[in-house]
Amino acid sequence: MTRKGKRLSFIGGILAVIGLAAGLVLTALSDSVAYFNSPTDIVSKTPSPGQRIRLGGMVEDGSVIRGGRETITFRVTDTVESVPVTYTGILPDLFREGQGVVAEGTLGPDHVFLADTVLAKHDENYMPKEVVDDLKARGLWDHDKSAPKAATPEAAMTGVGS
Amino acid sequence: MIVELGHYALILALSVSLVQSVAPLIGARIGDKRLMDIGPVTASAGFLLLAFSFSALTAAYVTSDFSVLNVFENSHSLKPMIFKISGVWGNHEGSMLLWVLILAFFGALVATFGRDLPPSLKANVLAVQAWVLTAFLAFILLTSNPFTRIFPVPFEGQDLNPILQDIGLAIHPPLLYLGYVGFSIAFSFAVAALIDGRIDAAWARWVRPWTLAAWICLTLGIAMGSYWAYYELGWGGWWFWDPVENASFMPWLSGTALLHSALVMEKRSALKVWTILLAILTFSLSLLGTFLVRSGVLTSVHAFATDPTRGVFILAILCIFIGGSLALFAFRASALESGGLFQPVSREGALVLNNLFLTTAAATVLVGTLYPLVLEMATGAKISVGAPFFNLTFGPLMLPLLFAVPFGPLLAWKRGDLAGATQRLYWAIGAALGGAIIVLALTRGTEILAAFGVALAVWLMVGSFADLGQRAGFRKAGLATGFKRLKGLPRSAFGTTLAHFGLGVTVLGIVCVSAFQTEVVTAMSPGETRESGGYSVRFDCMSERQGPNYTEEVGNFTLLRDGTSVDTMESARRLYTARQMPTTEAGIRTEWFSQLYISLGDSEANGGATVVRIWYKPLVTFIWIGAIFMALGGCVSLADRRLRVGAPGRRRAPTAVGAKAAGA
Repeated sequence: MTRKGKRLSFIGGILAVIGLAAGLVLTALSDSVAYFNSPTDIVSKTPSPGQRIRLGGMVEDGSVIRGGRETITFRVTDTVESVPVTYTGILPDLFREGQGVVAEGTLGPDHVFLADTVLAKHDENYMPKEVVDDLKARGLWDHDKSAPKAATPEAAMTGVGS
Repeated sequence: MIVELGHYALILALSVSLVQSVAPLIGARIGDKRLMDIGPVTASAGFLLLAFSFSALTAAYVTSDFSVLNVFENSHSLKPMIFKISGVWGNHEGSMLLWVLILAFFGALVATFGRDLPPSLKANVLAVQAWVLTAFLAFILLTSNPFTRIFPVPFEGQDLNPILQDIGLAIHPPLLYLGYVGFSIAFSFAVAALIDGRIDAAWARWVRPWTLAAWICLTLGIAMGSYWAYYELGWGGWWFWDPVENASFMPWLSGTALLHSALVMEKRSALKVWTILLAILTFSLSLLGTFLVRSGVLTSVHAFATDPTRGVFILAILCIFIGGSLALFAFRASALESGGLFQPVSREGALVLNNLFLTTAAATVLVGTLYPLVLEMATGAKISVGAPFFNLTFGPLMLPLLFAVPFGPLLAWKRGDLAGATQRLYWAIGAALGGAIIVLALTRGTEILAAFGVALAVWLMVGSFADLGQRAGFRKAGLATGFKRLKGLPRSAFGTTLAHFGLGVTVLGIVCVSAFQTEVVTAMSPGETRESGGYSVRFDCMSERQGPNYTEEVGNFTLLRDGTSVDTMESARRLYTARQMPTTEAGIRTEWFSQLYISLGDSEANGGATVVRIWYKPLVTFIWIGAIFMALGGCVSLADRRLRVGAPGRRRAPTAVGAKAAGA
């Protein structure tokens, strides 16, 4: 192969791999990322079925029903609206009523959110950052107590580091 | 008192480091030997000061001195001693102190073992190393001082986050930091070479052992972290594509690429410019990882505290170092002449392919990690990029690379023979096909993807030995001569084989767990049984137990096979009393290389029944065993005579090389 041909084949190969990677990234970004929604978002503009969503808010007080043994239903609220969620599996250690939670999954046709992952993170003070930001943006955040305005006394007492 | 001395030593280290940043550099510029000699002295002094400072903090932890804010916030008098010590780096301030300690440690190593380095290169390297050290020491002293006192002195500490109270924490961060920070040496060498405007094959020979050592630690650190998350979080997953995991994985990918490209540079003096760039990028990714984890832009178990000034400070460090080194690269790279022509099909070509895929894969991981941050800043939309994204992008990019791995070592430098290499891989091809057929037969043809994956793993494992077999010439010379020749081969050949074999082992583990693991989520009452992994798992009862600083509810299980009990297992939920924080202690039973994994859920409101999650994970331990093989391969390579340049003693040939390079 001539020197020029060799160089061209190298550059061609490199461009092909980079192009392939870019294509993969773009497809994956349009299909397999989950958008964050608050309960209000979901109630006001119903997302299309099958679209992956991260639903974030607080677990509504008194809403957790451990009905069919391993299936659990609860409601996620942002103090304005609330959305029913069902989840099958083991809830994280820090899942508690009145505490922050992020559920990932899809919205069913009956407007019940089917979660396949429930996150309540590793820290007792933890409030998902996206939930805090969302509440702050809409004025639902109590800056004095660093807690959601309508939150339960226990949640306020643990104190949420913002 | 000791705390104040530690604080003072930290400040002294900063001033020493400032001297080291300037004096050797000027010395190298004007050729003043006395100025250059300041470098090694200050590097060693800085390390000793930081070691003292770190010991002072450790002493405060060991004696539970709660008048130190950092100790109060992260320790507890009832905590077991090992966690009192590991708690030193289980928080933001302490872990940054460990970071700079390791940075200074590497600087001191270069000062001590780099006797054969050309003096000006050594002076420049130590100066660059000191720039990084100065920046991070300033960061610690200005924003995250671990020696701050509080008054009034509390009686009891707030305890360490329970999830971090694990032997994993004692090992994982130091290993990871040795890896991260170890790449700073490659970075300093690269910047020093750019300042000098001169680089040769000897440069690669000096850089490679450091890179290799850092890579070994990073490999083990990542594997350790993965296993820790696997057994501690109770989710049964071993890799979550969590941004913090990615932060350590990206330097690993580019560091792996750097190891391979430095090889080309050393042997053929080709790819010089690229190797320099890669050395800069690898450490930049390490810095980026530090930023992501330490700045609090991510919320995760690793983000100990959030304080915006810290984020801005690290971001500034990041911009100065990455921007500065890349600018220097842009100015000076053209001064480096390139050498060594080669055909596309050759050893060099294979290593270029390796670099291409590894860096592209690292880039996709970077995009997936930063995209949510960038999008949120730009549009305010919040998204999460999780496993589906990475499986779709990273996976396909790895496939061609894994397929090509066994060919690489079989190709000759300059011009390789692909057909000849394929011939030597007949064994591997046969074994791979055999593996695929076995999987298809066992699953009655349903698991085509798994069969493909197993074939790929077997291809890697068997194919990695082809090079050794070829060089020993078993086929022509017979076994006896073959083994004799095998003994004479350089250790690096065995290193390559081991590391590539380990890669295959890891792939096999990943494929088997993803394809064949079974999971049962169920509510169980005492006496009930469930089937998993060929066993009947019987739930016996719940019992309570008291630990040193926690209470736990333990689920007792019995494993039965054909009605007779084989073993018992425990899975527990702990409540750490100081922080009122629950954790899961999964029950794990290893049988050969597979594991049975039980974690407990809620037991309230189920009428005495407990929610139980039982996984059977076939060959899951291969994932980490493979990483150990990779690291072992690295160690064997490190012991190779050719890489021992600069080591004290035993230096007949190396000195000649060093002197020649110095005189060149």
